[in-house]
Amino acid sequence: MSNEKNETDFPLWEVFIQSKRGLDHKHVGSLHAADARMAIENARDVYTRRGEGNSIWVVLAEHLHASRPEDQGAFFDPADDKVYRHPTFYVMPEGVKHI
Amino acid sequence: MDEKQLEAGFQAKVDAEQKIEPKDWMPADYRKNLVRQISQHAHSEIVGMLPEGNWITRAPNLRRKTVLLAKVQDEAGHGLYLYSAAESLGAARADLNDQLLTGKAKYSSIFNYPTLTWADIGAVGWLVDGAAIMNQVMLCRTSYGPYARAMVRICKEESFHQRQGYEIMCVLAKGTPEQREMAQDALDRWWWPSLMMFGPSDANSPHSAQSMKWKIKRQSNDELRQTFIDRTVPQADFLGLRIPDDKLKWNEATKHYDWGEIDWTEFNEILKGNGPCNKERLEARNKAHDEGRWVREAALAHAAKQAKKQAA
Ligand SMILES: [Fe+2]
Ligand SMILES: [Fe+2]
Repeated sequence: MSNEKNETDFPLWEVFIQSKRGLDHKHVGSLHAADARMAIENARDVYTRRGEGNSIWVVLAEHLHASRPEDQGAFFDPADDKVYRHPTFYVMPEGVKHI
Repeated sequence: MDEKQLEAGFQAKVDAEQKIEPKDWMPADYRKNLVRQISQHAHSEIVGMLPEGNWITRAPNLRRKTVLLAKVQDEAGHGLYLYSAAESLGAARADLNDQLLTGKAKYSSIFNYPTLTWADIGAVGWLVDGAAIMNQVMLCRTSYGPYARAMVRICKEESFHQRQGYEIMCVLAKGTPEQREMAQDALDRWWWPSLMMFGPSDANSPHSAQSMKWKIKRQSNDELRQTFIDRTVPQADFLGLRIPDDKLKWNEATKHYDWGEIDWTEFNEILKGNGPCNKERLEARNKAHDEGRWVREAALAHAAKQAKKQAA
């Protein structure tokens, strides 16, 4: 073991909080906990001390997969040249309403 | 891409005020610097609970006690937000904790001073949290995304910390002669250490130039210190208390206060570990860690047992 106190961490959990019913869960940070239940309770104490939380998700950090920033350009490229996916691409005749 | 190109791309991003995120390429020294700074900051929040925790059981009434408890709990939260940011750079929490417990890591020297009277709790909230806020507001715009986001969260919580401290000072300053004296005594002892919190003067600050270029820091130590003084002096005047600096005087030309000189020998002694409470603080952290070991072991054993049950 690398440190003097000879200790390993509890596993790392990523924490997502929904601040209000109807909104997305948003990533707020991480914490260590022995299991999911402890992670949720700790997340409550660490990230929602002022009523910021309506619902909490936790996921083991090792189970989270991410896109790679180094291929960001090529990876998101396909969306770049498809202007026809936006409503402003279409010309509407003068006088037509509610469209 | 070679290292030079990567570095140029990185600096261009920083210059364009784009945040650096955990998986982005970054210079090894940027990462190292950040891990050092963020973990020191985290340790400061954690050790910072001790001088105030000292007064929770002796707060003068239930309201003050509830407030102080909530404040100290916030500081624990701040420590955890910051450890989380440091870990996003690849640092292991157990190692960071280990560096604190073995005395290898630094934390803010201010927490090596004792809190002798109740007025110290007022002075700490007003001055120490006040000084920390100056620094933390700046860091909300730091270039590393997770650090900046942790700071935004922290700053939202800090303003109550400073206010509750100033409120304590107000009550004491308007109280009996003994209470006024207590308030003045606390200000006398905490003023200079609070100014030291901003770190060495710019001329003697080795990491500063690079940190500014990387936009980890956005303002210099001396700038922040001056702003803090300019904001705090009128607050002391309002309390009718005297700031312990004979050279303190408003300068109409510069629109800033002129002030005396910091005793850097005191600062360096504490940094070396010879402050009034260095030893006590480390002992308290180690004791808490050691006495909590069986709880951590039990929690792990329980988790393993539950996992096995679920698998079966
Ligand atoms: Fe804090
Ligand atoms: Fe605080």
